[in-house]
Amino acid sequence: MAIFSIPGVRLAGIAAAAPRKEVSNHDYKWVSVKDREMIVKTVGVEKRRVAEPGTTTSDLCYTAAEKLIADLGWDKKEIELLIFISQSRDYIIPSTAGIIQDRLGLPHSCVAYDIGLGCSGWVYGISAIASMMSATRIKKALLLVGDISTLTASYRDKSTYPLFGDAATATAFELSDTAAPIHFNLESDGSGFEAIIIPDGGLRNFISKKSFDYKKHGTGIYRTRFQLALNGIDVFNFALREVVPNAKKLMQEISKTTADFDYFVMHQANLLMNETIRKMMKVEKEKTPYTLRNFGNTSSASIPLTIVSQLREQVTTRKVQLLTCGFGVGLSWGSIAIELDRVVCPEVIDY
Amino acid sequence: MIEDFIQKLEAEFEDLEPGKLKPESNFRDAFEWNSINALILIALIKTEYNVSINADDIQKSKTINDIFSIVKSRL
Repeated sequence: MAIFSIPGVRLAGIAAAAPRKEVSNHDYKWVSVKDREMIVKTVGVEKRRVAEPGTTTSDLCYTAAEKLIADLGWDKKEIELLIFISQSRDYIIPSTAGIIQDRLGLPHSCVAYDIGLGCSGWVYGISAIASMMSATRIKKALLLVGDISTLTASYRDKSTYPLFGDAATATAFELSDTAAPIHFNLESDGSGFEAIIIPDGGLRNFISKKSFDYKKHGTGIYRTRFQLALNGIDVFNFALREVVPNAKKLMQEISKTTADFDYFVMHQANLLMNETIRKMMKVEKEKTPYTLRNFGNTSSASIPLTIVSQLREQVTTRKVQLLTCGFGVGLSWGSIAIELDRVVCPEVIDY
Repeated sequence: MIEDFIQKLEAEFEDLEPGKLKPESNFRDAFEWNSINALILIALIKTEYNVSINADDIQKSKTINDIFSIVKSRL
């Protein structure tokens, strides 16, 4: 089991950007008014931010990163590591990280690469960036995490369309001798890879004319093989089975309980799933912030977006202990225990 | 006890009129059955009994009693 701690790396700041355009699930005419009410109440998503065609995840990441670098007062020449984590890259080839490195004006000495993860992306990304900084002594690094999911969700698929919103984030890290260690428990189970999938477009099922044919997959569920498929019950059962033991094991390893944490920040999957996990964890409602209602499930951006949107005042003014859990596509999941000590955190940016 | 299970269902699903649901009731007829209600049922059984049921379990069940038998067998 991958449980480990990384000392000496400090989270210096977080910024988030979301498309300006807001879509309400009350207006989702593909389903009945009663179904819409149920989506808002049980799935917990009322409004979602939706990117205009042509806007990419990297546009949102770039915007968040520029603002964050400016607010931190960082010299761009010192940023020598950039990791971009997303399931919605600019191109199949090349990587997106390099495009952002150039656009931000970061030096050629910057290590830049992509990692393809979704809901667990921020948690996994921190492990990658912190361990590399710790090993290489690179002083400053950027973790860019986010997704545009609305473009690949079928309007005629009630199991995906009303769930997802678009957002992207930038998180800055710096070497610091006084930083509290970050603790991780990361896990994977690729046997569930089909639970959340876009079947066509990669090499296994190369894109063809058939990729664009709409097929029925159940009542109110029509989509192509180039659009996102989500097996709700499988994902639900996976999350209820794995997330709580993962987080508890981490806490046990570092001799902490939920009472030692100020907030429990979960990936924003859906309200029913998150509330069930919260109750199983026995964490108070007041300690569990949400962005589901106003932003939807924002995939890899959900945890940092929730921190920026809901905990900005707390993380900018004092020491805050966070327990965060990311879980989903892969299947991939993990928890981290991290201290945020008066970090830089601008308000959510409208793109 | 199946009576407890039925009480829990009635508390969770607002559509259900108290007292109407019986062990032999077909749950697909008892209230508007849909995928979201299936998730609510799974969540209820996980939190109340710490038992996991999956899509197959629901697929092959007809009545409240069928579901409860699966729960009991995994307690």
